[in-house]
Amino acid sequence: MIENRPFLTAMAHLVLIIGVFVVAFPLWLTFVAASHDAARMSELPLPIWPGTHFFENLDVVLNDGLWGGDGSGVSYMLVNSMIMAMMIAIGKIVISLMSAFAIVYFRFPFRMGFFWMIFLTLMLPVEVRILPTFEVVANLGMLDTYWGLTVPLIASATATFMFRQVFLTVPDELLEAARIDGAGPIRFFIDILIPMSRTNIAALFVILFIYGWNQYLWPLLVTTDQDMYTIVMQIGRMLEAGESVPQWHLVMMTTLLSVLPPVAVVVFMQRLFVQGLTETEK
Amino acid sequence: MASVKLDNIQKIYPNGFKAIHGVDVDVKDGEFLVLVGPSGCGKSTLLRMIAGLETVSGGELKIGDKIVNDLEPSKRDIAMVFQNYALYPHMTVYNNMAYGLKIMGLSKSEIDERVKNVAGILELTDEQLTRKPRQLSGGQRQRVAMGRAIVRKPSVFLFDEPLSNLDAKLRVQMRVEIKRLQASLGITSVYVTHDQVEAMTLGHRLMVLNEGVVEQLGTPIELYERPASLFVAEFIGSPSMNIMDAKIGAEGSSVDITKDISIAITSDKLSSYAGKGVKLGVRPEHLEFAEGDENALPLTVTLVEHLGADTLVHGHFGDDKTDMTVRRSGILKAVPGDQLPISITRNHIHLFDTNTSRRIDL
Repeated sequence: MIENRPFLTAMAHLVLIIGVFVVAFPLWLTFVAASHDAARMSELPLPIWPGTHFFENLDVVLNDGLWGGDGSGVSYMLVNSMIMAMMIAIGKIVISLMSAFAIVYFRFPFRMGFFWMIFLTLMLPVEVRILPTFEVVANLGMLDTYWGLTVPLIASATATFMFRQVFLTVPDELLEAARIDGAGPIRFFIDILIPMSRTNIAALFVILFIYGWNQYLWPLLVTTDQDMYTIVMQIGRMLEAGESVPQWHLVMMTTLLSVLPPVAVVVFMQRLFVQGLTETEK
Repeated sequence: MASVKLDNIQKIYPNGFKAIHGVDVDVKDGEFLVLVGPSGCGKSTLLRMIAGLETVSGGELKIGDKIVNDLEPSKRDIAMVFQNYALYPHMTVYNNMAYGLKIMGLSKSEIDERVKNVAGILELTDEQLTRKPRQLSGGQRQRVAMGRAIVRKPSVFLFDEPLSNLDAKLRVQMRVEIKRLQASLGITSVYVTHDQVEAMTLGHRLMVLNEGVVEQLGTPIELYERPASLFVAEFIGSPSMNIMDAKIGAEGSSVDITKDISIAITSDKLSSYAGKGVKLGVRPEHLEFAEGDENALPLTVTLVEHLGADTLVHGHFGDDKTDMTVRRSGILKAVPGDQLPISITRNHIHLFDTNTSRRIDL
């Protein structure tokens, strides 16, 4: 804002501080809870300052698991989640790039028809088509596999639509210059279109990675083998550990671990992420 | 190096619109042909057809001895410079120039040699070669775009209004540079522009297009001295030619501009026009002030523009206030409202048929 009014400035700061507090306080409590032992977590009032058992809890969660589990820890679930999130994010990007390329740069019969068909799938997320999709995956023998976890989630109308918009802003002259330079469609795609959409791809990667990482319902359905469990599922399972009191300190540690990768992705790709969403000049 | 031969080239769009109505031209090896005309006249379409970016609807297009109607652009041995440069924004200047060569499959050392060589010709420094296009000024981008065309060593250069995005001063500078380059490389070139000054200064020959029809094809001097139609007459020259209604005298031996003023002409070509109306054209720079001449037009001055080297005097004459512009060298002291006697000499008039707009040769 251009005008300088102390009251407005103070108000703006107040609103922002409240916002930060609302977002950060639960995270802080998670961290605090993860650093106490089971005994302290069952007393009232709940602690709001960190305790001394952080690394101990970390070790237990990663390597031993909690009682009621199989005693093997959650580290392999982190790996599962990572593989699933990466496969979904990369798969979605590759598929959408290619379909957007086809729709923008090739004239084939029913081109717009296909475009609208893709667009319509926006209305059909996994949750809506969950039974038929499950049946297809089961019949293909993909239950308890990484493919089963990811393939049904890969087709993406949003990403296709976004790349279509990006490609439409690429001036026609570039295509013509490339044609004169002797580049065929595939070379043009790889050498020119993809590098030019670099920031958009990065932005989308961030969003899709988090989307993939946070999947809960679908992994719950298609995995029965504990080796295929993901970390997000595990948090849910930990809360229903039989008759006993939830081991809050370990649950919170697991939660903390599950939050880290998405945060890391956002932090490290922040610059590209912002560029990809705001940059318009080609 | 090659000639470009267009034989009855036509462009008809799927919606039936005929953009090019059969163009014939033979661009000789090493020649610089300029396609010029107002926007929408089809000049860019014609160039893009030569480049292979638009399909040819009819006729035969030859580059060298090869019919190229259905060849891909990259197979036509051409290079093109675009109006907005069309540089690949994510590649360095060096890679922009090297990209086509890489696809051709040349060796790294050969590519490097060619790019360095062309960079030398265009006075691009090594430091500039490592930059991205967006870090360059308009003139430098233009130079890179030309460089990208030159490294390919094509037999034909195609230019699509390459200077229209530059400011006036740079445009003049690049115009000179393009002309010098083309002369030294000796590569056949086809150049599209709507700017008649560019057209006059660059081209060995000019093709004036109007609504997909060739109005005239000839050297700049021919177009200036003997415009084949009213359209060419008005298009070539700045400020443009004064056009006025006139009448051929009953004997066909004079052109009457007003009731009292006429120019005597002895030409048997005019006999068929005796008594009929024609369009009379005379260039602003060919009008003279003639103090005391009884046959002079009385020009009422409405506006005076001082260009420094020249003075433009705008005014009108006669009962219907026909507009007229006079261009005299030097600084002329005249103010709006003045009456100046203007004389038109026989050697400098152009006559055009009122119906067909074609030139009447005297």
